[in-house]
Amino acid sequence: MAFEYAPAPESRSIVDIKPSYGLFLDGEFVDGRGSSFKTVNPATEETLAEIAEASDADVDLAVRAARRAFRGWSRMSGKERAKYLFRIARIIQERARELAVLESIDNGKPIKESRDVDVPVVAAHFFYYAGWADKLAYAGLGPNPQPLGVAGQVIPWNFPLLMLAWKVAPALACGNTVVLKPAETTPLTALLFAEICQQADLPPGVVNIVTGAGATGQAVVSHPDVDKVAFTGSTAVGKAIARAIAGTDKKATLELGGKAANIVFDDAPIDQAVEGIVGGIFFNQGHVCCAGSRLLVQESVADEVLARLKRRMGTLRVGDPLDKNTDIGAINSREQLERIRELSDIGEAEGAERWAPACDLPSSGFWFPPTIFTGVTQAHRIAREEVFGPVLSVLTFRTPAEAVEKANNTPYGLSAGVWTEKGSRILHMASQLRAGVVWANTFNKFDPASPFGGYKESGYGREGGRQGLAAYLKEAGA
Amino acid sequence: MPTTAPADPAPGLAAYSEVTASEASLRRFLHGLPGVDQVGAEARAAGLGTRSIKTTAKEWALDLAIRMVDLTTLEGQDTPGKVRALANKALRPDPADPSCPSVAAVCVYGDLVGEVKAIVGSEVNVAAVATAFPSGRASMEVKLADTRDAVANGADEIDMVIDRGAFLAGRYLQVFEEIVATREACVRPDGSHAHLKVIFETGELQTYDNVRRASWLAMLAGTDFIKTSTGKVQPAATLPVTLVMLEAVRDFREATGVQIGVKPAGGIRTAKDAIKYLVMVNEIAGDDWLDPDWFRFGASTLLNDLLMQRTKLTTGRYSGPDYFTLD
Repeated sequence: MAFEYAPAPESRSIVDIKPSYGLFLDGEFVDGRGSSFKTVNPATEETLAEIAEASDADVDLAVRAARRAFRGWSRMSGKERAKYLFRIARIIQERARELAVLESIDNGKPIKESRDVDVPVVAAHFFYYAGWADKLAYAGLGPNPQPLGVAGQVIPWNFPLLMLAWKVAPALACGNTVVLKPAETTPLTALLFAEICQQADLPPGVVNIVTGAGATGQAVVSHPDVDKVAFTGSTAVGKAIARAIAGTDKKATLELGGKAANIVFDDAPIDQAVEGIVGGIFFNQGHVCCAGSRLLVQESVADEVLARLKRRMGTLRVGDPLDKNTDIGAINSREQLERIRELSDIGEAEGAERWAPACDLPSSGFWFPPTIFTGVTQAHRIAREEVFGPVLSVLTFRTPAEAVEKANNTPYGLSAGVWTEKGSRILHMASQLRAGVVWANTFNKFDPASPFGGYKESGYGREGGRQGLAAYLKEAGA
Repeated sequence: MPTTAPADPAPGLAAYSEVTASEASLRRFLHGLPGVDQVGAEARAAGLGTRSIKTTAKEWALDLAIRMVDLTTLEGQDTPGKVRALANKALRPDPADPSCPSVAAVCVYGDLVGEVKAIVGSEVNVAAVATAFPSGRASMEVKLADTRDAVANGADEIDMVIDRGAFLAGRYLQVFEEIVATREACVRPDGSHAHLKVIFETGELQTYDNVRRASWLAMLAGTDFIKTSTGKVQPAATLPVTLVMLEAVRDFREATGVQIGVKPAGGIRTAKDAIKYLVMVNEIAGDDWLDPDWFRFGASTLLNDLLMQRTKLTTGRYSGPDYFTLD
């Protein structure tokens, strides 16, 4: 007797996708001067809209608009700026369903994640930083902190709206103005956010959105009149940005790749640890820079944890992102799918054992089943390189010291997870793990009040929390 | 409905005879079970509660839920007339629709078993609460006499309460032995036995670690079902408590080969809630448990909401409460 859940798709009709979109410059939607590109629904490969590709000249216009707006915006009292941010936060809540549906259509992530995680956390970020706007002098960052100027922000495709919020909310709260470039595969929610800025009567030029691919992003970060660069994305691009701005007086925060260790001790609450492993790597199809992609499990419980993990993976539902019962949606692009396939094939070729539960994948669109590799060692590429997909490498350890060594033996250091019932061990591990975030008996939890950022090749600077303000203020913390 | 005892304890269970040999070994075993992280368990239960069950799936789930109901009245004011009415309702929950299935059982106090049995015969099981329900505060002799009496009155199922005082004081072996003794008191002269459900009163045990330990304790003692609550203590059944119990029966079957049923009781009032439980059964224990033999709802008010939702699905309209019988 099987319980077959009938499809429960969220209605697409709540959101109105235009056939083509221009750029958002100085408070208005305008046509780009460059060419255009298409954004597709990764679950169906259907073209959603034509998007303008901003040229250098467009980017220049955007930066000029931001510079003009900076004069008024930075001199406005914090209390006034807060009103705008609160207004934006409330409109995001009011239009939450629309934003969630659009995010799922453009990105491929399941509606339950865009609806229950992304959009609420986006609103929370605007509320949180709205609260800081008139209290900057009390943030412990100097008595009279001043904004930097124009921020050039480039964000990735894995959390299009959330990364926008992480960047835009603190920048505006501190009195900066922004030129933001969303990823070329997921520009639609940023453009809807532009509409929300209009609806909130945000002064023109405070937020400018330029769409495009790598060249546009390059134009944004290297524009001479940009004071601050904020980037979230791959380590390779992060390095290129660091090189491009070296020797200038631009400030930068880079939030880059990760290969997080999720460490399960033998005294862990096993069932919840299994949930944490699943959430750590299969949340958002594994398109998470802080994903727990390296499972380090104590040898004494490895078999039990693996058996439970496999059984749990068998219940994951892969499919239509708009179905409320979907746990794992589509891979964001064909390019990313190829990369996941390539790294998985390498994992197999290197001798790791590949396992995925039986699941029917849709015939069109970009899909990859939740997959684990066992018998992985530190010497395997699959244990070292960021896959950025639903692929977990399972390694084992024997002692806490070995767990720390293995966890830290990576060029990255964005996050880590520790699963144990022993409180003292949690504190001990947290102090030794070189990772920006260490989650204890949980994983992938985000809160605007909690700073986020990396060690080593995972980047520098912090976003979120009081620390997130420092990245947008002059001589903050000095 | 299997109401006869398995001839011998399953071989898988024999491996645990050492565990129950002494108070110390039993305590070591129960405290060696993996802990339950409260936040994680509650988050998982809440996550399963957001599954969206519609159309055909809902139709299927509503009928299954009706078949899993233990229609219950456990009041001091219960009378033969009251339980007869309930028994008739159990047989034909929706007189207007003969396709509506009967419920699994009627659950009453031991002295009223005969009244119910006379009406439902063998079509619906009769469950009786025993062992000084709901407090469990009586001598063992009294508890066993209570049980034997209910079995002699024809009860198909016995719902016993554990001595929470003994459990919380850490006297696990005493609780174990009480369950074993009650299980023996369920044996009928012909050698068959009334199905035993062990009630933990999870609202009094408080922690999920305790719920997991109580589950294993009862399963090792040979219960057929584990049940959350008497319905007399708040909170009664909750999704996370039931989640922990479902994990326990799943793990127990894996370890011993013996399948045990689960019965959340008290506080489940709406079809929507019942469906959340079914989703949890499906995804935690597995679909082997999606059967009245292995999962029950202890409820009195749930049934009418199930019927109302069922009618809504077939007619497209909600009828008022007057279209459904009181009890």
